[in-house]
Amino acid sequence: MTLHALESDLTTGTAAVRLTGVSKRFGNGPTVLDDVSLAVQPGEFVCLLGASGCGKSTLLNLVAGLDAPTSGTVDLPDGRAALMFQEAALLPWLTAAQNVELALRLRGIGKSERRARAAELLELVRLRDAGGKRVHELSGGMRQRVAMARALAQETGVLLMDEPFAALDAITRDVLHEELVRLRASQSLTVLFVTHNVREAVRLGDRVVLLSSRPGRIAKEYAVDIPQPRRIESPDVARLSVTITEDLRAEIRRHGGQS
Amino acid sequence: MTVLQNDDLASLEAGLDALETTEVARVPRWRRLLFAFWPPAVAVGLFLLLWELVYRAGVQPTYALPSPADVGLVLLAQLRDGTLIEAVGTSVERGGLGFVVSVAVGTPLGLLVGRVRAVRRGIGPLLSGLQSLPSIAWVPAAIIFFGLGEAAIYAVVLLGAVPSIANGMVSGIDQVPPLFLRVGRVLGARGLASARHVLLPAVLPAYLGGLRQGWAFSWRSLMAAELIVRSPELGVGLGQLLDQGRLLSDMSLVFAGILGILVVGIAVELCLFAPLERRVLKRRGLLVTS
Repeated sequence: MTLHALESDLTTGTAAVRLTGVSKRFGNGPTVLDDVSLAVQPGEFVCLLGASGCGKSTLLNLVAGLDAPTSGTVDLPDGRAALMFQEAALLPWLTAAQNVELALRLRGIGKSERRARAAELLELVRLRDAGGKRVHELSGGMRQRVAMARALAQETGVLLMDEPFAALDAITRDVLHEELVRLRASQSLTVLFVTHNVREAVRLGDRVVLLSSRPGRIAKEYAVDIPQPRRIESPDVARLSVTITEDLRAEIRRHGGQS
Repeated sequence: MTVLQNDDLASLEAGLDALETTEVARVPRWRRLLFAFWPPAVAVGLFLLLWELVYRAGVQPTYALPSPADVGLVLLAQLRDGTLIEAVGTSVERGGLGFVVSVAVGTPLGLLVGRVRAVRRGIGPLLSGLQSLPSIAWVPAAIIFFGLGEAAIYAVVLLGAVPSIANGMVSGIDQVPPLFLRVGRVLGARGLASARHVLLPAVLPAYLGGLRQGWAFSWRSLMAAELIVRSPELGVGLGQLLDQGRLLSDMSLVFAGILGILVVGIAVELCLFAPLERRVLKRRGLLVTS
């Protein structure tokens, strides 16, 4: 058991996200998630890593409350979590600022405060001047930053991210990694980040959780003891990535054998 | 190991943003207007020329095929003594009122069919079937039920337009990307708030398409009804004017009536629906050419 996992067991009750024995199957289909227990500490950045069919997106949906587990419990002391998708999923009939404002509006925040707060949040993701732009006028990276501002507007403290940078080009992705690390520190966010990119997981996470596939189970955990700021191309990141990739491949190989 | 400082990151991001966004060069307004004007003008000119040639060739006697100039004179006379204007006014009033009522009926009906599965199973197929039923088929039934009067005309208009508007709403609801609805839920939109902030705006382009088609159907249905539903007590609309022309064997009057119907149709399309649709699509980046 890794140090972090031990730590999370010792500090029962304080977790920002706690899954206890969570299983999920859809109808009579195969089990997607099998007895997953995971505690994410406040302010912790956990990356969920796995091949196709490991149920990582299902897991995020459960935490986001978009779906209910078949058995087990999902606990969020705050009750809510913000969720970001692979697509920015901004509403195209609204401007960038209005997209952020909608999140505030649905929380019942008044008009003038909404406007001021949205401007602040856009400033935070360095899009102060893009507030009046329509979604189609923004680049992919800018859209994801607006989506980030919108997620922050929910003020949940817990940010769930479902491969949010997978559709971006490498340069933009690198910049957004930097941006996310910065925001996470300045806003003291708890992040649960799903990816199938090992280096991305090591670049960003305090802890990497490897999921096995079909059904999704926690296979292994790794503490990433590399100080931030990190670079994705640094030898430290590479070294741990090699180890994790080996384990990931071993997990995948199990599915290729005769059954 | 070099790590980006905060300022470096900011300038890097600014650079990326600038590289990845393109400013679209705008075509000057007068050039767009000019381009909007000359191709149809040339087309109309060619059509009139062709007409004049056929007229001169003497294919049909003059009473059956008047020259463009003859029709123009009749049109001018009709305009001057006010008959045409009055007919247009009467028809536009009926068409407009019928359309507004159709919107009021078709919109909630479409929402119901689109969102409630049992209702969709029940009347969804009927609704799309009704769209392909020529509304003139309703005229005899409407006359028997309501008698020769305004009510019969409005009934035909409604039966023609309501299915189009409702179907526009239904197909709009079917086309809403599920991702938008999920985003709405993540942001905490439930029930009415979700409908107001996510569903209805997402449906808008398809709904507008339905309105546009609904107008075309109500205008067509109105003409069909006016041609047949005639009585001395009823105001004279364009359809009735057309029928008068037929009774008098006055081809110029018939042509003038047709022209009036066409002009109203084009004017509503050009002045109301086209700009509305353009605006909505442009805002969403769905309009490629500017």
